[in-house]
Amino acid sequence: MVDSTFGRLLLAHAAQRPDAPALREKVYGIWQTTSWQALAAQVRALACGLAEAGLQRGQHLVVIGENRPRLSAAMLAAQALGAVPVPLYQDAAATEFVYPLQNAEVAFAVVEDQEQVDKLIEIREQLPALTRIWFDDPRGLRHYDEPGLAPLDALLAAGQAFDRAHPGRYEHEVEAGRADDVAAMFFTSGTTGHPKGVVHTHRSLIDRAQAGATFDRLDSCEEVLAYLPPAWIGQNIFSYAQWLACGYVVNCPESAATVSIDLKEIGPTYYFAPPRVFEGLLTTVMIRMEDASAPKRWLFQRAMALAKRVGPARMDGQPLALTDRLRYALADLLVLGPLRNSLGFSRVRVAYTAGEAIGPDLFSFYRAIGINLKQLYGSTETAVFVCLQPDHEARADTVGVPIAGVEIKVSDSGEVLVKSPGLLQGYYKNPAATAEVLGEDGWYRTGDAGFIDGAGHLKIIDRAKDVGRMQGGNMFAPKYIENKLKFFPYIKEAVAFGDGRDRVCAFVNIDMEAVGNWAERRNLPYAGYTDLAAKPEVGELIRDCVLQVNADLARDALLAGCQISRFLVLHKELDADDGELTRTRKVRRGHIADKYRVLVDAMYGNLPAQYIETQVRFEDGRTGQVSATLQIHDTPVTPAADARRAA
Amino acid sequence: MAASDRKIGDVILDVRNISLRFGGVKALTDISFNVREHEVRAIIGPNGAGKSSMLNCINGVYNPQDGEITYRGRTFHHLNAPQVAKMGIARTFQNLALFKGMSVLDNIMTGRNLKMKTGLFAQALRLGPAEREEIAHREHVERIIDFLEIQAWRKTPVGRLPYGLQKRVDLGRALAMEPDVLLLDEPMAGMNVEEKQDMSRFILDVNAEFGTTIVLIEHDMGVVMDISDRVVVLDYGKKIGDGTPDEVRSNPEVITAYLGTSH
Repeated sequence: MVDSTFGRLLLAHAAQRPDAPALREKVYGIWQTTSWQALAAQVRALACGLAEAGLQRGQHLVVIGENRPRLSAAMLAAQALGAVPVPLYQDAAATEFVYPLQNAEVAFAVVEDQEQVDKLIEIREQLPALTRIWFDDPRGLRHYDEPGLAPLDALLAAGQAFDRAHPGRYEHEVEAGRADDVAAMFFTSGTTGHPKGVVHTHRSLIDRAQAGATFDRLDSCEEVLAYLPPAWIGQNIFSYAQWLACGYVVNCPESAATVSIDLKEIGPTYYFAPPRVFEGLLTTVMIRMEDASAPKRWLFQRAMALAKRVGPARMDGQPLALTDRLRYALADLLVLGPLRNSLGFSRVRVAYTAGEAIGPDLFSFYRAIGINLKQLYGSTETAVFVCLQPDHEARADTVGVPIAGVEIKVSDSGEVLVKSPGLLQGYYKNPAATAEVLGEDGWYRTGDAGFIDGAGHLKIIDRAKDVGRMQGGNMFAPKYIENKLKFFPYIKEAVAFGDGRDRVCAFVNIDMEAVGNWAERRNLPYAGYTDLAAKPEVGELIRDCVLQVNADLARDALLAGCQISRFLVLHKELDADDGELTRTRKVRRGHIADKYRVLVDAMYGNLPAQYIETQVRFEDGRTGQVSATLQIHDTPVTPAADARRAA
Repeated sequence: MAASDRKIGDVILDVRNISLRFGGVKALTDISFNVREHEVRAIIGPNGAGKSSMLNCINGVYNPQDGEITYRGRTFHHLNAPQVAKMGIARTFQNLALFKGMSVLDNIMTGRNLKMKTGLFAQALRLGPAEREEIAHREHVERIIDFLEIQAWRKTPVGRLPYGLQKRVDLGRALAMEPDVLLLDEPMAGMNVEEKQDMSRFILDVNAEFGTTIVLIEHDMGVVMDISDRVVVLDYGKKIGDGTPDEVRSNPEVITAYLGTSH
């Protein structure tokens, strides 16, 4: 297995269990199954078609789209030929494709639909090397007259003909593949500068997929819902590398809008979501509970209070008193079980979250209601799996223990270093960037500040470069503060400032759904996001949240200095299209500080309000203007010593 | 791009010298225009210009006092709505006429009504032919749901959907009839910019994918000019312009009607 390639894994599944389901996709309202045998035949035809078109060993094939079975098949086909699939983010603007396609000298692209074809045509002048584009969904493309543009069906047909004319060619290509060949390239979203192409081999991806599967005892019976962007390596690991390593079933939702419905129908057993998805789900639950009748609310609150007290200990495998066991069983029957069901988590055996630190309350909420939610640590460069939390050892503030094959140490500066078979080969055509993270000694520099705690768990504080000092010498950990704010359902995003300053100030983005609902219940009329965000009542609502965060921070001796002294509610949602968030929705703090410099200055200059005009960019590239006068709110800070005395 | 490559055919709908009066009020006076197969034809004009009345004449809801309508070589002086529907002309309504309490799926399914062959009795008892037919119709409806990207609301009662989505369901129900000609009454009224763009794309896609001839009424000039092949302009029940969007845009009478002195 360790010396295998993805092409050989596919052939093995098709030979050993031809009729077992490999993929499901909901089409016209009905789940359609593709067996391993059918998938292997499709991949074979696609590979032959690509070979005929001239895709060479080592060349790149760009794949852009949502999770569609035929796009996964196209990636497998490229790998079978020894070529390298490069998935790109399907929601990126056309201009964001230029650099990766130029950098990887891409000649062939397989894309989902008209939207992606239009984007490639828009930038095609800058991409002389791009000769062929195939599309999965022909809708709206019937009358396009673009050289090199063809439906994927045509590629399949051409491939079948080529296969008949060249028997044995496909087997030969798969046989010629080596585990150390490059298997895929993932462009990192990159908080600064151009994205970097992270090169992984079949060995690195399959080894990590295997290590993760062994750790959680995954088998071919798992059900997974593929709903995250395929360009993200996490999605590749959970819905591709581990899919082929374990042979489980990957389910593709009908559309992005139906994911929550499809989740309920499928009931995955193995589930991954970044914290923001768990946050979103919790927000929806809380909103729906607030609209529920009084007896239901009462029952929910009683059950949740019990679950919070007993649930996490129960998930950690600790012995419980008999009365607690009985009470929990009753709560499970009446509230928790139905709640898990309505979230689509009835069958979840292993759920992971990663990508961002998760708020402790959010984390324990899911553990409390009986979902085995755990954290993991890894990145694109490490093929995800570095540390995983064992069952019964999940903690909100750690990211788990190093798993098989991984060595970890902390440098003198506090940065976490990793050695693992899953490390990247390097950044594509960027030896300087490679040398920065990958030393001669084989240690990969993660850029994260952290330490190993007493129980052997890795604990991450923040990005090493983000952890700052305030003027008084206090540690300033912005993400830690932001996460505390973001646990409130009313707050969608937060940005904290304070490095080198005498105090901490913050921007807050309200959650349109939650605050909108709150406003409606108070008969508070509003015209849109900007209007709602500017309401004094909303300012007060957020102020209460900030005060609670301050009270919480005051209790922590290390971070008491990080309490928020002033904040404002931003007039627009932070958006990846405006460069304020990365495509994986991480806050780009430096960029935001520059863009909203007047607001930052106003907060630190003790102004009561500040006028601002901002340009916004829509997904199709057009721009517009938003302007508003923002109120700045003061929030009292509790001195750490007082807090301790009071407590 | 898709629109420019379509093959526009011969005239299939010819409206000649239509006049419509309600008592002493002249709603339409001597209107003539034609619609070619596979084209997107717009009827524009200020409020009260007679646009909806014109559509209602084609649709058989109103009977004009004068004039005649030729559809695929057959000339009519009086039409009625069921007859028009059977000839393959479907329409959507300005003030949505959906069944609010029924799901999206069921609403669109009602559009298949004319295509149902089995009798009420067979359907009630779920006899073999009725069941097979239901499955075939359901598949057709599912294709429309997929086409209009409303899968997430398949089972949601229509009354709970935002207005822009209800408009899409209305379009879906008209499409369920597999019409040759689709009459759209202000498909973009009351929508925000993004919803208007979505609806424009769906209209063009319907036209490109199914070759459906489209006659639409709209008072948002910008949208109409972008998606139409030819435009008729009405004002006070009279035709004041007819031609391609560029011709209409430079027509002085049209400019006066839209930008001139207030009415």
